[in-house]
Amino acid sequence: MPRTSFDISISQLKVNLLDYGARVERVIGESMESLKTRDRALAEAIIQNDALLNETRYELEDQCYTLLATQSPMAHDLRDIISILMVAIELERIADHAKNIAEITIYMGNEPLLKPLIDLPRMAELCQLMLTRALDSFAKQDADEAKAVAAMDDEIDNLYKQVFRELMSYIVEDPRTVTRAMNLLFAGHNLERIGDCITNIAERVVYAVTGRLEELNVQRQI
Amino acid sequence: MSAVGQSASRAAQPILPRGLIKTKNRHHTRRITNLAMLGMTAAFTLFAAIPLIWVTVYTVMTGAKYINVEFFTELPASVLQGGGGVSNAIAGTIIITLIAMTISIPLGILAAYYVAEKPNTRLGLVVRFATDVLAGVPSIIIGLFAYGILVKPLGTFSALAGGVAISIIMLPTIVRSTEEMLKLVPRALREGSLALGAPDWRTSLVVLLPAALAGVVTGIMLAIARGVGETAPLLFTILGNDHYSVRQIVQSGVESGMTPIQILRELVLSPTDALTLTMYRYSQDPFPERVQQAWAIALVVMVFVLGVNILTRALTARRLAGRS
Amino acid sequence: MMQMQAKLDTIPAALSVAPASIVKMQAEKLSVYYGAFRAIAEVTLPIHDRHITAIIGPSGCGKSTLLRAFNRMHDLIPNARVEGKLTLDGEPLYGPGIDVVDVRRRIGMVFQRPNPFPKSIYDNLAYGPRLYGVNKKATLDDLVEKSLRGAALWDEVRDKLHQSALALSGGQQQRLCIARALTVEPEVVLMDEPCSALDPVATIKIEDLMRELRNNYTIVIVTHNMQQAARVSDYTAMMMMRPDRAGEMIEFDLTRTIFTNPQDKRTEDYVTGRFG
Repeated sequence: MPRTSFDISISQLKVNLLDYGARVERVIGESMESLKTRDRALAEAIIQNDALLNETRYELEDQCYTLLATQSPMAHDLRDIISILMVAIELERIADHAKNIAEITIYMGNEPLLKPLIDLPRMAELCQLMLTRALDSFAKQDADEAKAVAAMDDEIDNLYKQVFRELMSYIVEDPRTVTRAMNLLFAGHNLERIGDCITNIAERVVYAVTGRLEELNVQRQI
Repeated sequence: MSAVGQSASRAAQPILPRGLIKTKNRHHTRRITNLAMLGMTAAFTLFAAIPLIWVTVYTVMTGAKYINVEFFTELPASVLQGGGGVSNAIAGTIIITLIAMTISIPLGILAAYYVAEKPNTRLGLVVRFATDVLAGVPSIIIGLFAYGILVKPLGTFSALAGGVAISIIMLPTIVRSTEEMLKLVPRALREGSLALGAPDWRTSLVVLLPAALAGVVTGIMLAIARGVGETAPLLFTILGNDHYSVRQIVQSGVESGMTPIQILRELVLSPTDALTLTMYRYSQDPFPERVQQAWAIALVVMVFVLGVNILTRALTARRLAGRS
Repeated sequence: MMQMQAKLDTIPAALSVAPASIVKMQAEKLSVYYGAFRAIAEVTLPIHDRHITAIIGPSGCGKSTLLRAFNRMHDLIPNARVEGKLTLDGEPLYGPGIDVVDVRRRIGMVFQRPNPFPKSIYDNLAYGPRLYGVNKKATLDDLVEKSLRGAALWDEVRDKLHQSALALSGGQQQRLCIARALTVEPEVVLMDEPCSALDPVATIKIEDLMRELRNNYTIVIVTHNMQQAARVSDYTAMMMMRPDRAGEMIEFDLTRTIFTNPQDKRTEDYVTGRFG
């Protein structure tokens, strides 16, 4: 005996979450694009759009609370709804990090980039891929895929270390570059945080599917 | 965006017309049919009640004027003297009924308990069947039976024989009503007692019977009303005794130094009289005064039976009200 | 200190299970037959001391039948018989020389509908002790008060002990029945859907009471209400009806596990309300 209306509510909630995830994924790319091409108009648009993204998170949260309060979900239903709730929060955090990158674009003004961007766009692409796959694993209820996604965070961390070292060498060579280097470093840091958030999302997927709460990427760096 | 809780209810096209239908004609016909049917049922109800009302009114009107204190306290006087009462019959009826109750109440309750507890055992089925058959046996045959087993061997008509006959009449009513009442006691009540570790007999005695008590009493009262109204079984068992007087038997017994048990024996084993029997005899008497007294007795018996029935109704109503 | 204790008592069941607890009762391959029909098939289930164990499952899966086997209520049914092993503190409950009266004194029972005897409150409570020969008024008074306090009913009825128990509200009647079960100082209390006839407020009161009783008694509750099982119990046993209509236990675990991450698909379907 299916619980038709409840089931419809949960799948609708999932659709809404995936939809939200797709929008957030796009913002990651756009923010990097704004940094790379120094497109301030795009950056402005991203910052404005962030308010909408925040709003969506509250809507999703509210829908979760309504189901929790009225449907007394148990077992898998409970895990699904809790996971949706927490994934929505992580997504909003990711959007904030992307917004931070857009803010860097604006903050840098017309100042030329310190160096051509190679690793940072690579990081952003990885984040986008990771997020897409994480959301996919949630849609397909695939815990193994979620674990594989979490493992990708290592690559992002390594890229960040590389970026860090590279920018440090710039600063050591010429201390006047410190502001510009710090800007890029900060962008990298935001991307690294996005990777962590996606790892958290993967953990939520594993919980929703298996009921186990486990930390997926233990050697993660702060 | 907020599609959660969205319901896909589409307004269905109504099949029946909406709104209030104002068809004067239809309304009118319906009211007339309604009135006609109501009038018919009222008429039949009244028709059914006519015999009861008639009997009651006629008995009261005929019998009431012959009722006085003497009627209740005096033994029958000779027809030539006139006056006198039916104290012998009143005493006899009371004694017979007491004897019948002593026999039928314990026996009936125990049998009912057995039938209610073990309805599907062989004995249970036999007892139930026997009870049903007994309820349908003509009462005069029961009188003959009592004559056969008591009057003949003892060599005397007696209150005992009458009491036994009446007890057999009362038994089915008591068994059936008690059984029904015991069955109505919730199973949970019994389980509550057993779950505390109470043995079966204690559960029955302390929990079940009190719970069914009101209903059981009702059954007993109906049985008494029935027993008091019986005449036929008494014809062959108590004979009729114009001189039956509890006071005299006790007095003479005490004077001749009899033990209480012996006095009781005397009371129970003497031929006695009963209201219904006296009424039956008097009604065929050529003397008009006797016929008038028969009407008075009829009134007394009727009032008693009606009274018991009304009391029973009241008890039942209160029990039902208490349950809901 | 007392207050602190009281607070601890009301911690939701699922959060306060002592990891290692003693097994008070143990059913091993317990089967119940009605004539040739097997109603319960080989249930193996531990009942932990001073914890609440809930038995859940769809209608007709034999929850109540199992519960009734625990204090030998099936002895009343002519052709019912029990196979397998059932122990209380390691002693078998079925077997030659075991007095059923003794079993029922040690394992009390509360039923689906409140079933106070049609007597006064006092007599309802004195009934059990009197069965066991306690007739001294002072002792009875003490027992009555103690059990009423135990069932959180004392303050409500102390002034009307000699009034009919039937005049109490449904919830009060059920607490009276719990008190009545406590008067014979049982070790285990079985509850067969104790709140199914009660309104939500009375239900919550009974549930709170169960959490308190848990300090001194081992409780087994059969319930249709999964939320109730989730709220009050420490352990949950899930039962199902097999195709041959015999009830079996398909999963037993900590309540929090049953309700967040059950291992059996059927349990999952049942607790999420998708069983049909």
